Amino acid sequence: MLNTLKNRFEQGCRTCGYPKEKPAVFARYRGKPIIQKDVSSDIVEACAKACPQDAIDIDLKKIDMGRCVFCGTCERISKGAFVIFTDDFEISTSKKEHLLTDGDLPSLAEHSKQHFKKLFGRSLQLRQVSAAGCNACEADLNVLATPFFDLARFGINFVASPRHADGIVVTGPVSRNMKTALLTTYEAIAEPKVVIAVGSCTITGGPFTGSPEITEGLDTILPVDLFIPGCPPHPLTNLHALLTFFK
Amino acid sequence: MTNAFLEISNGEKIAREKIPHLSFDEFSKTALLVVEDGGKVVQFFAYEDDNDIKFMAVLRTDKLFVAGCDAPDSYPALSKACEPFHMFEREIAEQFGMRPEGHPWLKMVRYHANCRDVPDVFGNDYKEDIPGNYNYYQVDGDEIHEVAVGPVHAGVIEPGHFRFNCIGERVLHLEIQLGYQHRAIENLFLNVQAKRLPILAENIAGDTTIGHSLCMAQAVEALTSVTPDKGAQMIRSIALELERLANHIGDLGALSGDVAFLPPANYFGRIRGDFLNLALLLCGNRFGKGLVRPGGVRFSLADDIRETLAERLKELKPQVEHVLDLLFSASTVRARFEDCGIVSTYDAEKLGLVGPAGRASGIPYDVRRSFPTEHYSQIDIPENKKPTGDVYDRARVRYDEILQSIHIIQSLIYSPVETQCVDDSNFNLPPSSFVVTVNEAWRGEVSHAILTDNRGKILRYKVKDPSFHNWNGLAMSLRDTGISDFPLNNKSFNLSYCGFDL
Repeated sequence: MLNTLKNRFEQGCRTCGYPKEKPAVFARYRGKPIIQKDVSSDIVEACAKACPQDAIDIDLKKIDMGRCVFCGTCERISKGAFVIFTDDFEISTSKKEHLLTDGDLPSLAEHSKQHFKKLFGRSLQLRQVSAAGCNACEADLNVLATPFFDLARFGINFVASPRHADGIVVTGPVSRNMKTALLTTYEAIAEPKVVIAVGSCTITGGPFTGSPEITEGLDTILPVDLFIPGCPPHPLTNLHALLTFFK
Repeated sequence: MTNAFLEISNGEKIAREKIPHLSFDEFSKTALLVVEDGGKVVQFFAYEDDNDIKFMAVLRTDKLFVAGCDAPDSYPALSKACEPFHMFEREIAEQFGMRPEGHPWLKMVRYHANCRDVPDVFGNDYKEDIPGNYNYYQVDGDEIHEVAVGPVHAGVIEPGHFRFNCIGERVLHLEIQLGYQHRAIENLFLNVQAKRLPILAENIAGDTTIGHSLCMAQAVEALTSVTPDKGAQMIRSIALELERLANHIGDLGALSGDVAFLPPANYFGRIRGDFLNLALLLCGNRFGKGLVRPGGVRFSLADDIRETLAERLKELKPQVEHVLDLLFSASTVRARFEDCGIVSTYDAEKLGLVGPAGRASGIPYDVRRSFPTEHYSQIDIPENKKPTGDVYDRARVRYDEILQSIHIIQSLIYSPVETQCVDDSNFNLPPSSFVVTVNEAWRGEVSHAILTDNRGKILRYKVKDPSFHNWNGLAMSLRDTGISDFPLNNKSFNLSYCGFDL
């Protein structure tokens, strides 16, 4: 008993102040990419050629955060002259085309659907379906339940049954073998329902693009309301998306 | 020991002509002899070469051995005499359609069509999306009932199907069917540009990013005759230990939660995040993605990073020790952990268990001791084996390894070795070569093997996650155990679905 109390005092309160205050992330974190438009096209082409995800649009001089795995190759090659990955983790969008960006993202709050806020603003119950990713997105969704993020304090929970849920959070590139289970889960949720795509696999196929076993984009099989990019998205990215879109 | 196989080293480039090409009979006889004598299967796979299908096996005793042979369309199953071949033969049957005659349990592994367009060994029609068309093992009797769980589970967990045959609360048999996460990664490796290789390796299993990246990088380095500098080796070792720490700590927290002792569950949940953040400190990603590349690492251990890393570890270490003490000294926790889900040393040997699950069952094998890579030849790793093979021992192995990993990192932080960061570059692989790499990731032995053809193109890329060996260990641990102890046992193994499913 004494041991339990001692530990309790040592641990103290660890919950972060987000969204009131932004917690600091370490300097090497690669968040929202900012593009310098006035760079020579040679550099852009070199970046596009080296990009393992082919996420750079040479003509528009934009980067597709839906494909990007935030490896930072383009930043290193251009020595920051073309792309800089900032420490801004607030990068989610309500439309897939907004993910193709030069760093100027539309405000997520303004694009969220007002009836969602009304319906789910005080209580949002989500069913998570893991569909063939690498388990990193799942892990960084799971940590939202830990004391540091404490998702439940906002009235948002992950629930065990689709029947209890207001929507699904999908991770992974939806393999052929998982597609039926995903669609069945989706059907089991009562209307109105939301669909959230987490991670570059889910949004575009990500690292597995080109495999015949996967679906390149969840939006090709379900109507997606919220896109959370990253490989995996930082837990604060997830938190920002959920709070801004539904609160 | 001498045999018809060729002795090789971990991460050694071998010209393919030097690999003994045996007759199937000799191949099978020698492999069986080695494994029956206590050897283990590291890799056993098929590949297509000039329209012929061939087998290749990498076995280990205290050394590594390789040999190949022509693959017959059907052949007497090695598993009939020697259990460790069991999963490998099923995988070969699924991937290439070679039938192991007399295999004791020939069923699909991941549910996908074979790559040769020959009739499916399991009679499946892959036009259907569901991994169905399979009669699960059944137990008959008046009071027998079945419990089916998955593929979509109750938590934020990967998909898989579990079928329990029970009498009352007691589990007679658990059958685990995976494959839902299958993304055909091995095939992608053959077809993508070199620049995508590291990204693919990082995403085989995100919680083992460093383990798989190291295997890939070491394999490419061996083939291209590149040696990373000492600083890079050190940073890679630190990253691998950070990965071990985050996962082991998370597992102990989850185990604590599963026996309803919530304080350690919450504390470890939070502390695990702190260790993930240390990976982010190092390379900008909580799972270590973007750190390891063929030739070295992309991020150095700059002075301010060393400083922060040391500071954080100093702060975290006593907290970890105190929570470990809280967890392991609680009598209610011990009462639930002890004697739960025992896997005997005999069974563990037969199943070929690796990593903490193997060590908990008395198998000392640890790649860091047996086939050290990176900086591990300089580090003294204790033999962490335990006697009983229950949940308690599987937790206890993690206890020991957590403290060791913190110590290892602390001892490396201030080593004044610098590294020249590598940038992503393309590489050309040499023709007709072979390499196999093994590393001790947090779940155990990860192994990658690469074969190149006569133009230097990758002919076969074989990936093996430790979970490939260990899922049957979980099934075995449930025998004669209460079904309510399934979550506890499952967490004590905490295996990878995506690493298995590829």
